[in-house]
Amino acid sequence: MPNALITIDQLTGWLRRYHGLVIKNQAELTQLDSAIGDADHGIIMARGMTAVINKLEQDRPAHANELFKTVAMTLVTSVGGASGPLYGTFFLRFASAAGPTTELDAEALDMALHAGLTGIVERGKAGVGDKTMVDALSPALDAMEAVIKTGGDLGAAVRAARDAAAAGRDATVPLVARKGRASYLGERSAGHIDPGASSITLLFDALAAEITS
Amino acid sequence: MKKLINNPDDVVAEELLGIEAARPEVRVDHANRILYRRDAPVAGKVGLVSGGGSGHEPLHGGFVGQGMLDAACAGHIFTSPTPDQVLEATKGVDSGTGVLHIVKNYTGDVMNFEMAAEIAAADTGITVETVVVNDDVAVEDSLFTAGRRGVGVTVMLEKLIGAAAEQRRPLAELVSLARSVNDAGRSMGMALSSCTVPAAGKPTFELGEDEMELGIGIHGEPGRRRIPLATAREIAEHLMEPILADRDFTPAPVIVMLNGMGGTPLIELYVMYGEVAKIMERAGITVARNLVGNYITSLEMAGCSVTVLQADEELISLWDAPVNTAGLRWGI
Repeated sequence: MPNALITIDQLTGWLRRYHGLVIKNQAELTQLDSAIGDADHGIIMARGMTAVINKLEQDRPAHANELFKTVAMTLVTSVGGASGPLYGTFFLRFASAAGPTTELDAEALDMALHAGLTGIVERGKAGVGDKTMVDALSPALDAMEAVIKTGGDLGAAVRAARDAAAAGRDATVPLVARKGRASYLGERSAGHIDPGASSITLLFDALAAEITS
Repeated sequence: MKKLINNPDDVVAEELLGIEAARPEVRVDHANRILYRRDAPVAGKVGLVSGGGSGHEPLHGGFVGQGMLDAACAGHIFTSPTPDQVLEATKGVDSGTGVLHIVKNYTGDVMNFEMAAEIAAADTGITVETVVVNDDVAVEDSLFTAGRRGVGVTVMLEKLIGAAAEQRRPLAELVSLARSVNDAGRSMGMALSSCTVPAAGKPTFELGEDEMELGIGIHGEPGRRRIPLATAREIAEHLMEPILADRDFTPAPVIVMLNGMGGTPLIELYVMYGEVAKIMERAGITVARNLVGNYITSLEMAGCSVTVLQADEELISLWDAPVNTAGLRWGI
C-alpha cells in the first residue's frame, strides 16, 4: 500500500510546508483577525513557525516525540497570545502520543492528532460551535478517523481531513463567537471566518501536500 | 503609518532600552523582556508580577517600583507574554514568601500565566497565586463570552495590592484583598479612532468621522456598538450608565479614574472628568480620590474609559500609601 507510513522526514516536511503556508497567508490571517480579534494572528503564527524552522535547522530530532516537543516549546515561547499556549499544547500532546518513533501509521497519526485536540480543548475550554480552531480541527479528525475505519489509506485519510478542516473553517462564518477575543463582539462576530480555524486548515493543507507529494 | 519608530519589529525591544536609560528605579532583563524593581526580590515581601501585551503604557512596566509591582513582563504589542518570561519573573521576585500573578482577563494572558504557574509549581518550590481582573461592563459576563475583560481596575489593583504587600501582608491575605478589589470595581470605555499595530501597518478598524465605538477594550478590537458621535456630556452618560447599573456604589466613597486611551489630549480628559463628576454627584456618590490621565492605553487610540472602585477606609489608606513608579508617584 502506498503512503502507509509518515516518516520523520515527512513529519519535518509537514512543518516546513506549514511554515510556508503561514508565511504565504500571513496577511490574510491577520486580516481575518482584524475583523473579529486583535489583528495579529498572521503575524504571530509567522513569527512562531519561523522560530520553529530556525530551531529545526540547528537541531534535527531523530524521533517524533522530540521533534514535536521542540516545536511545542518553540511555539509557546515565541508566539504568545492565546495561539502560543493552544498550538503549544496541541504539539506537546501530539509529541507524547506519538512517542519515540521514527514513523507513524495512519492510526498512530490519528491518535496523536486526537491527543492534540484534547489538549486544545482542555487549555482553551472551547467546544465545537464556539467559533474557534476547534471548529476546523474536530471535524478534520472525525473525517480522518472515518476513512481509517473503513480501510482507507493514509493519503485518503489526510485528504479527507484537509477537506473537512476547510469545510469546518468555512462553517465558522455564521457562528457567534463564545470564546476568545471575538466573543466580546457578541452578534457582531458573525459573518467572518475564525482566524484560528483558518490557520488549523493550513496545517491540514500542509499535511495533505506532504503525504501526497 | 506615521510612528516614531525605527523598525516595526524592534519597537518593544527598543522601548525597553529607552526605559533602562530613563528610569533608575527599574532593572531591565532584555533577553526575557522583564522590568524588575531595582531592589527585587525584597526581603519578606510577597512578589507581585504582572504583564501583558505591550501598547498599553504606562501599564504594566510603568507601575514597577516601590509600592506597586516587583516585575512586569512585556509581551509583543497586544500579545500576552509567554510562560517562560512569566516563570523567570516569578523566580526573580520571590523572596521566599510567595508570588502573586496579577492577570487581566484575556484568553491569551490567562493561558500563558496559567502555564507559567503550572511550571512554577512543578519545577520550583515557589508558591504562586493568581488574581484575574475582569471589570469591563461592556462585555456580558456569561458562558457565551470569554468573560469580562480586565481594564482600568488593573491599575488600581496594582496600586492597592502593592501598598498592602509593602506592609508585609502574607500572600493569602493579598489574594483575598485583590479579589475584593476586583469585585468592587467596574469600567467602561469608548473610542473616537482606531489604533495601528506597528507590525500590521494600518488601523485595526475603520471608524468614520461622525462615528464612535462604545464598549471598546484596550487592543484596538471593535466594541459592542457603533453609534453617532456625541457631545462629552452624552458620552459620559453612555459610559456611566452601564457602570452604575451594574453595581450599587452607595454609600461608601469611590476612587474614579478617567483614563485616556493614548491619543486624546488631557484637555478633553478633563472635560470628560467634569461630566463624570457631575453624574457622580447626581447619583449621590462621593468621589474620595481620582486619577485623570493616560494609565492603560491602546497605542494612539483616541477615546477614554472610566473606572469606578468602591473604596472603604482601608483601601483609601492603601491608595494614599507611598508609591514610586514612572506611572504613579506620590507620598515619597
